[in-house]
Amino acid sequence: MIAVVRFGGSNCDRDAVRALDAVGVDAEIVWHEDGLPADTEGIVIPGGFSYGDYLRAGAMAARSPVMDDVRDAAESGTPVLGICNGAQIGCEGGLTPGAFTTNRSARFQCEHVHLRVENADTPWTRAYEVGDVVEFPIAHGEGRFEIPDAELESLENENRILFRYCDADGNITDEANPNGSKGNVAGIVGDAETVAVMMPHPERAALPLLGGTDGRGVLKAFA
Amino acid sequence: MSAYTATVTVRLKRGVLDPEAETTKRALERLGFELEALRSTDRFEVDLDAADAEAAGERAEEMAERLLANPTIHDYDVDVAARE
Repeated sequence: MIAVVRFGGSNCDRDAVRALDAVGVDAEIVWHEDGLPADTEGIVIPGGFSYGDYLRAGAMAARSPVMDDVRDAAESGTPVLGICNGAQIGCEGGLTPGAFTTNRSARFQCEHVHLRVENADTPWTRAYEVGDVVEFPIAHGEGRFEIPDAELESLENENRILFRYCDADGNITDEANPNGSKGNVAGIVGDAETVAVMMPHPERAALPLLGGTDGRGVLKAFA
Repeated sequence: MSAYTATVTVRLKRGVLDPEAETTKRALERLGFELEALRSTDRFEVDLDAADAEAAGERAEEMAERLLANPTIHDYDVDVAARE
């Protein structure tokens, strides 16, 4: 069973369960105070505004007790995916390097973006080919990926970047960078490739009625 | 034990873009003010009891390390003053 961890202020938890169901994965919402169920085989930290984004987006949830369980599970190889606020929580909680902070525009942005697949040899991207251009929605005010230059370089050298923001033809340009993220980075993996965070929403691109199914490939990591 | 107030100031590291500060700067310029640059900071005033000022400062520093600042993007400093 995949545990979708709900905090006060999570709002993409039900979308995640429904999208996982669409790819044949059994998922349940788990209230953070209840801890992870014993039969947890994978973890989604969903989008939303946990703790009202107090202090910094994800800062409070990252230090809640359930995240100790999530870190332990991640260390023992359980797949963990942080989406949007879940990505902010993942970086704040040390699951992945870097930080997601205020968009270059200083505004909340809700739009569709193109992403280029940078590494197709991870559980999250195995459904794609390197260089594929996929379309996912974003919806965030604090999605600008920041990281010291040297650390970005090691992420690149270790092939830990999953997706970069690009134009419709797959060109990585400043114009195609919706939030000013360093290196146009939209999603990365942690020390282990079983842990991933991304600001764009694969679970909002999983049902044909909602305009596309490009996101299913990411969710298939849990299948 | 003595009473102290530790003031923790958290600011973005030099070179990290601050879009809210940029927006604020432009608004000040629209109001007719002349300025070169503007930086915003978060300031936390923590009342605490400690054996001495050094211990109070150390505790506040740990608060900054573990929660108040994000070391990836922030620098911080701590000032300790006796509290009445």
